[in-house]
Amino acid sequence: MAEFVMPALGADMSAGTLLAWRKEPGDTVARGDIIAEVHTDKADIEVEVFSSGVIEKLLVEPGTLVPTGTPLALIREDGAAAEAVPAAAPAAPPPAAPAAPPPPPHLLISPSAKQLATELGVDPATITGSGPGGRIQRKDVEAAAARAAPPTPAAPPAPAAAEDAQAAMRRAIAAAMSRSKREIPHVYLSTTIDLTQATRWLADENAARAVPDRLLQGVLLIKAVALALREFPDLNARWQGEQAVAGERINVGVAISLRGGGLVAPAIHDTDTLTLDELMHRFRDLVMRARAFSLRSAEMSDPTITVTSIGERGVEAIYPIIVPPQVAIVGFGRIVERPWIHEGQLLACPVVTATVSIDHRVADGHRGSAFLVAIDQRLQEPEEL
Amino acid sequence: MTRDEIREAVVRCLCEVAPEVDPAQLKHDVSFRDQLDVDSMDLLNFVIAMHEQLHVDIPESEYPRLGTVDLLVDYIAERLPAADSLAGA
Repeated sequence: MAEFVMPALGADMSAGTLLAWRKEPGDTVARGDIIAEVHTDKADIEVEVFSSGVIEKLLVEPGTLVPTGTPLALIREDGAAAEAVPAAAPAAPPPAAPAAPPPPPHLLISPSAKQLATELGVDPATITGSGPGGRIQRKDVEAAAARAAPPTPAAPPAPAAAEDAQAAMRRAIAAAMSRSKREIPHVYLSTTIDLTQATRWLADENAARAVPDRLLQGVLLIKAVALALREFPDLNARWQGEQAVAGERINVGVAISLRGGGLVAPAIHDTDTLTLDELMHRFRDLVMRARAFSLRSAEMSDPTITVTSIGERGVEAIYPIIVPPQVAIVGFGRIVERPWIHEGQLLACPVVTATVSIDHRVADGHRGSAFLVAIDQRLQEPEEL
Repeated sequence: MTRDEIREAVVRCLCEVAPEVDPAQLKHDVSFRDQLDVDSMDLLNFVIAMHEQLHVDIPESEYPRLGTVDLLVDYIAERLPAADSLAGA
């Protein structure tokens, strides 16, 4: 019998609130299926299961705050015979760790229902949920939207609830970043990369594409990092115990700023194997779902490195803080036009400042320097990305 | 399509991309990037929304000079054959 447990979806997540079950006892599930929704300080997450089989028993009621690692359900794995399940939960959820801050007042609403409410301009706070524990479901949102005539513009969340959610987000970021600065000896390196080739290639490429198929420059940067990482497995790793363990896959976490403040950095799985079109599609989908608070557990738990980009209107360089237990993070500043000497000629070229922060316990500056050079080299051949 | 209808559609597309936008507070002659917290992904989604709803393809090279609602309305009105460039002007 396999246990489905409350996952740790971030460096300092110690507890989470089960929002809803998507499956019931007797349902067949396959590895990767979403079977529950969990509220954390940073987001509501759709949680996947990592076993295939039949759900034998649900152990925790929606609305319950439990520490990470707490069994939430029992799954009879494929090939295993059904067995008697004790009437009482075999592992009663222990009380949440005292240090865990209480979650903010929270509406019980599924991520998809929340996204629908935003789309239909319905304030979830005005909806009475018909699901378990008063949980708001998609049909409740649709009914509320149908009652509202004429349609109202998207209503912002109640100020107090928004402030609580914002405060919880800041607490989660503060905890992760404080831990990082406390435990990880950072070494910072930077270089300026000529983006003439990449910018030209992208302009030509996008000019030939239909509008919905256009690529963003950020996708080229992410892919360049992912490909360069193949040569630097020690930087595509997690710190476990007293050593770094190289990741089996390259899952680049991308920092996404959220409306109203805060950020998340979910993973794009197997980033190095994706075509630019696939990567753009995944990236766009991830940004939309992150801002609709509809991320999945594996996206939150699987990044092996993070890339953060300051965007077109920010400063020229960022020196980011490593997201534990990762051991490196890459930052890109704003792309700017600067004087550049190329083969003895003074040119005006688009350039970007790339930085990498690495865990000095894992690698030294020489290694980080070589990594930045590898990223630069990839960006000089954009057609190969 | 009149200029007023184009303007309404442009603002609607912008609101879809950035739900926090208050149409009543949006200044049509000021860069929306200066008024709103939008990034390159938002801008791409905005252009895609206009493509889908107005059937106008805005080349990437034109982005820098189309930073306000007014400029976008002018640009789109010139390219929509049925646009009545006088109505609502």
